[in-house]
Amino acid sequence: MEKQYAHIVCDPVKCVGCGDCELICSMVKHGVFDPSLSLIRTVRIEPIVMLAVNCRNCADAPCVLSCPRNALTQDPEKGIILVDTDLCDGCGWCIEACEFGAILLNPSTKRVEICDLCAEFDEPQCVVYCEKDALSLSVPDVIAQKTRRDVVSKLLRELVAPS
Amino acid sequence: MYWGKILHIDVSKRKSRVQRVSKKWLKKYVGGVCMASRLAYDNIPKGADPLGPENAVCFANSAFSGTMVPVGTKYAVAHKSPLTGFLGDCLAGSYFAAAFKRAGYDGIVIKGKSDSPIWVFVDDDMVSFEDASDLMGLETFETEEAIRAKVGDQRVRVCTVGPGGERLVRFANLTNDRGRQAGRTGPGASLGAKLVKALAIRGTHSVKVADPENLLKVCKKLGELAQTTKTEKYRILGTPANVLAMNRLGVLPTRNYQNGEFEGAEKISGEVLHERHTEKAVACVGCPIGCEQVARVREGIYEGARTSIDYESLFALGPNCGIAYLPGIIEAIHRCDRWGIDTMSTGVTISWAMECYQRDILTKDDFDGLEPEWGNHEAVVELVRRIAYREGIGDLLAEGTKRAADKVGKGSEHFAMNVKGLECAGYDGRGFQTFSLGCAVGTRGPCHNRSLAYEPDAKGKVDRLSAGPERGMLAKEAEEFAGVLDIMMFCKFIRGCFDDMWTDAPEIWKYSTGFDMTSEELHQLTERSWNLKKSFNIREGWTREDDWVPPRWLKDPLPSKGSKGAVIKPEDMRMMLDAYYEAREWTPEGLIPKKKLIALGLDDIAEDIGV
Repeated sequence: MEKQYAHIVCDPVKCVGCGDCELICSMVKHGVFDPSLSLIRTVRIEPIVMLAVNCRNCADAPCVLSCPRNALTQDPEKGIILVDTDLCDGCGWCIEACEFGAILLNPSTKRVEICDLCAEFDEPQCVVYCEKDALSLSVPDVIAQKTRRDVVSKLLRELVAPS
Repeated sequence: MYWGKILHIDVSKRKSRVQRVSKKWLKKYVGGVCMASRLAYDNIPKGADPLGPENAVCFANSAFSGTMVPVGTKYAVAHKSPLTGFLGDCLAGSYFAAAFKRAGYDGIVIKGKSDSPIWVFVDDDMVSFEDASDLMGLETFETEEAIRAKVGDQRVRVCTVGPGGERLVRFANLTNDRGRQAGRTGPGASLGAKLVKALAIRGTHSVKVADPENLLKVCKKLGELAQTTKTEKYRILGTPANVLAMNRLGVLPTRNYQNGEFEGAEKISGEVLHERHTEKAVACVGCPIGCEQVARVREGIYEGARTSIDYESLFALGPNCGIAYLPGIIEAIHRCDRWGIDTMSTGVTISWAMECYQRDILTKDDFDGLEPEWGNHEAVVELVRRIAYREGIGDLLAEGTKRAADKVGKGSEHFAMNVKGLECAGYDGRGFQTFSLGCAVGTRGPCHNRSLAYEPDAKGKVDRLSAGPERGMLAKEAEEFAGVLDIMMFCKFIRGCFDDMWTDAPEIWKYSTGFDMTSEELHQLTERSWNLKKSFNIREGWTREDDWVPPRWLKDPLPSKGSKGAVIKPEDMRMMLDAYYEAREWTPEGLIPKKKLIALGLDDIAEDIGV
């Protein structure tokens, strides 16, 4: 089976757009509350479309391939993208290569930062602090399984719903 | 966190300056309503024309904005109300408050009057005055999007004046982040009169807190509690859950408060709204509750109407206008939101006009052919438009019930449902008599947000159908409880999640700011805030006669089952007022003794208005 890496997934039905994931991320990584320094970013398209987007830990990640200075490598176990801050010069090619807008160019260090699933903790803290349980750490297969289960149970509810 | 900076913007001179404020000042006025009221007291001269250059629109942030403190990302705005002539203090939440904080200010004061339409851009340290001629006429959310597109940055957050505010509708709102309104008392008219179409802010600074570790702990705990039954009402049905509850109690204002019970309540309940129209509950930024029930009309003549629905908007434009048709109510609310006018004042002013029509005080000709019978949602929806654009009779109604009734006369004053000029809220005071006292004494008018005095009534702690001297203290306490939330700035909906708000709030404030506050000091702060607001009004010429209730509540007994026969006796109201002034340690005339103001640290105000 082809390798699938787990990444943080946001359920748009559960997400209410509170933005706490951005705040806890910037606090954990930078000690301040600042959505601009967060590695997960929320998008709101008013009035009801809300979603958090972050690194998908793509296999054969385009960002890694695009880096002209070989500053990015992918951890073979977890799939997270590691940034060598000595090699990175903030050129931003990886940002252009990423289809999810998931890479941050830190304006003060001029280096890129990418979600490492909170390597220093047992769990990504955005998942822990998401009170709506909209965020989870999942691999694509599991997400698909869950989606199928959800859609079938919804169908079932509708079928047995009292008229 | 605090920056210790108040930004003063003079739109006449197109200049700005930064006022530094001390730690002592910040500890004294904290934020929200209290800080905004202090800024208003200092920056609005006595007797200022609310629609003139002397009025100041004073924004004050929360110490919690931009942090994870649950529902603490809110701002207050105070101004001299064009509707009441007294202090108007309004609150709203979400991204605008966060941008405001991240731009590096605790307060923003806008004064003067521009000679052409402008929008003000606060871009961190830079303030610029931009031409708004191409924005005039745009709806609230359109304005916001247009400004973001001009700057080309999604981080720009905008507080806008809609077409209603441009036309100086006296109850025009300020609107930010699509659906958050600083409503009531007409701040949109105050800013609109300055020819300011919008205040846009881009803030790029990080927000630091004094004790992140402990702050995160309490945020986590409150966030988890916010998923429990303590907030269930707000998360599942939102405030429209009140429709059936208030109907049962007989206090659901119906047909301009002619009844407290609506025969169509079942058709427009929170439950039906949820089942047929609610698309999703969404949250303000920084909120773990998510109460905003975005409702949509999917078919029929109002197809496409889509906005968030709260009880207060629903009662005002629904039962209060005799309407039992949800799509029509959603359309009416959507129009108010798009054009930036207050749903409650709009609904209650329209219901006054409908009663004038019922009693032949106003005729079909006055309405240019409309026949606003009770329940005629097409007429109501059209009247909302005429008010926002001041067309035909809308020009009269845009003045609010008090001025409209003064002009029309013929006994219509009897059912002009306002106190101090502000239209009443969605609980009939005859069936909630503690609340009726709260309505009488409210500094901005009758308000369910500044005074939670309906709680002892609704929860059965007192006999809600009669008065009593103990209500004086209850009303004071209800104002102070609300005060903590409005000054520290928490959304009211998180209030059930505190163990003890009087100790929890100072703790969270300490973790955020590093400043200590005892619960004693917090009590004093809420008193300081209320006395400050009252002082503003006294300086404007307030007298005891201004604290009163609409004549209908004193004469017409409620016919509804739940509150049958309830009426407020004038002598009871006087007795409750006496008790309230006593509880507040004011004089029997309701004025504030010098020593009281000095004890609250308001020495300069004691000099101005103390007795």
